[in-house]
Amino acid sequence: MPQNEYIERHQKLYGRRLDYEERKRKKEAREPHKRAEKARKLRGIKAKIFNKERRNEKIQMKKKIKAHEEKNVKQNTEKVSEGALPVYLLDRDVQSRAKVLSNMIKQKRKEKAGKWDVPIPKVRAQADAEVFKVLKSGKSKRKAWKRMVTKVTYVGENFTRKPPKFERFIRPMALRFKKAHVTHPELKATFCLPIIGVKKNPSSQMFTSLGVITKGTVIEVNISELGLVTQAGKVVWGKYAQVTNNPENDGCINAVLLV
Amino acid sequence: MDEDLPISVQAKLKSDTGEEIGSTLDLPLNINKDQLQLICNALLQEEDKPFLFFVKDVEITNTLKDALDVKILNSEEVLEIIYQQQAVFRVRPVTRCTSSIPGHAEAVISTSFSPSGKKLASGSGDTTVRFWDLHTQSPHHVCKGHTNWVLCINWAPDGQKLASACKQGRIMLWDPNTGNQIGKTMIGHKQWITAMAWEPYHINPECRKLASSSKDGDVRIWDTVTGLTILSLTGHSKAVTSVKWGGSGLIYTSSQDRIIKVWRAEDGILCRNLEGHAHWVNTLALSTDYVLRTGPFHPVTDQHTAKNTDKNVLQQNALQRYEDVCRHGPERLVSGSDDFTLFLWLPEKEKRPLARMTGHQQLINDVKFSPDTRILASASFDKSVKLWEAATGKFITTLRGHVQAVYMVAWSADSRLLLSSSADSTLKVWSMKTKKLELDLPGHADEVYAVDWSPDGAYVASGGKDKVLKLWQH
Repeated sequence: MPQNEYIERHQKLYGRRLDYEERKRKKEAREPHKRAEKARKLRGIKAKIFNKERRNEKIQMKKKIKAHEEKNVKQNTEKVSEGALPVYLLDRDVQSRAKVLSNMIKQKRKEKAGKWDVPIPKVRAQADAEVFKVLKSGKSKRKAWKRMVTKVTYVGENFTRKPPKFERFIRPMALRFKKAHVTHPELKATFCLPIIGVKKNPSSQMFTSLGVITKGTVIEVNISELGLVTQAGKVVWGKYAQVTNNPENDGCINAVLLV
Repeated sequence: MDEDLPISVQAKLKSDTGEEIGSTLDLPLNINKDQLQLICNALLQEEDKPFLFFVKDVEITNTLKDALDVKILNSEEVLEIIYQQQAVFRVRPVTRCTSSIPGHAEAVISTSFSPSGKKLASGSGDTTVRFWDLHTQSPHHVCKGHTNWVLCINWAPDGQKLASACKQGRIMLWDPNTGNQIGKTMIGHKQWITAMAWEPYHINPECRKLASSSKDGDVRIWDTVTGLTILSLTGHSKAVTSVKWGGSGLIYTSSQDRIIKVWRAEDGILCRNLEGHAHWVNTLALSTDYVLRTGPFHPVTDQHTAKNTDKNVLQQNALQRYEDVCRHGPERLVSGSDDFTLFLWLPEKEKRPLARMTGHQQLINDVKFSPDTRILASASFDKSVKLWEAATGKFITTLRGHVQAVYMVAWSADSRLLLSSSADSTLKVWSMKTKKLELDLPGHADEVYAVDWSPDGAYVASGGKDKVLKLWQH
């Protein structure tokens, strides 16, 4: 075995073969061909190992090339973000606000038709027997013309009871609601808003006039605190929302704003 | 009818600067404004000039009797009737939206008319500056070059260049006729640019120097031809919010560090600190803003005079106009702040404020002097616009009507109308005669960020979050 770097020494003393560079270049140039031939010829486990190695090598190479390409491209430092703000609002935390809700004309037209594109298009019809409980009245409790509403209701501010003798429908105080949790679908935020009225209970016209709130009922809520404005620059205060839960079961009203 | 009321009073006419005209007059108490105007015109030997009359700080809107408290009137005394001349021309209130031009792909955050009122430019969140043709009300040029939101645009006082600045802190100059960039992009600011101001025309008619203030706390003065910084005014410890280049060669800057600084423009030496605000100073306005903006020509009264192109003559013209405005004293500065107050300063002379104006219940976002420098209008996030006397800072009235924060105000050239833009998506025109709402201009679908009334009063341009630029006309 050679005991020291005799090759280097020889090269230093006598130089390399004259065609060394050329041979080296050719050998290097031939290398991929050789490897390709090897890849073609190998069979079995050897081929498997070889191919795996080769694949990894190629992946590394591609990664390296990509990295170099990225380095060469002058990168854009800051992406232009959405929602441009004027100078005077840049330093202030402006909470994202949904666009002005759809214009009033559209809403009026829908109102006329009595139809809305609602989040819950189909709801189970509420039978009268389910909503009303028959109350016996009269001295000997043999009259049965009184009804008690067993669902959540909204009763307006200025409602006064009729004399008990003539009062056909009783809406229990415990089931009367004044507020609803309304979700704004674009803002993805929920607000506790006062109810203005019941616009439509899909089960029956009578339920609507009684103010019965069941799942799927369209109610009108006061959204003035959301600060939405119409095209004419007026504050929108009444907006429709559809009830999404069963209030009589949950003890609260959850609704989605109809935009 | 009360028997003991005097029928006439001894009165004297006096201008708002204190010059008396004519001798003492014996005026009937039921003399009305038009008759006073005739007398005033006759005494001044003028023809059909409109005037406003005040008795003991009360404006005479109908007859003299209505403005006076007759019960405490001393019939021996000589009554002083103060007259103020109003602009001879009239700007008609904008009443309708003549076109809403789409084009910007993002919110329009700045609009500005050229000093002559003949050209219009707007900057937007889509990184472009656009020039609009006012005659056909259509897009003219689209200038791409910025890499981020174009926050502010400023016309040079000669109307031949437009400077625009972006959130990246770069300033570019554009040629309004071709839409091409002039010179190099000016790079230097480390954060976004909050305001820009050109050197006034009467100091240098070449319109070469430009001051810009930035969020990083620096103010830089640029040579726009070479694209290099001449001076960097450092001293503010927080973001600079506004910069104004005064007519006497001083630069005023307001900052979030609560101080307003006065610099000498030629060598960048700090002249004085104006302290008083307790929170961020948001905005500055000069009494000479209108005259500095319009430069050598008044866009209405000088519209048809032959255009002189000799720069020296124009400079004399501009100087003349500036001195006319400053005849009654040096230029005044007003600052609006986050502490809900405004301060009135005489920045050329004193470091003490002339007046402190309180009353707003929310921060003040914008404040502007009327072109005749008599009234101040301040827009606040408390949904109101307040009017103040510009000479003394006395409160005049509050204009209510907006249902959300008021962002900007703009004056008409004759100072008879005021326009305000708001987050509630409307523009409102207020009459200064009645101090009431003149017109409501709905139409934008979302917040109105930028509004400008052309210096000649013919158009109003507004842009906002709904990405369209709207033009309003009579």
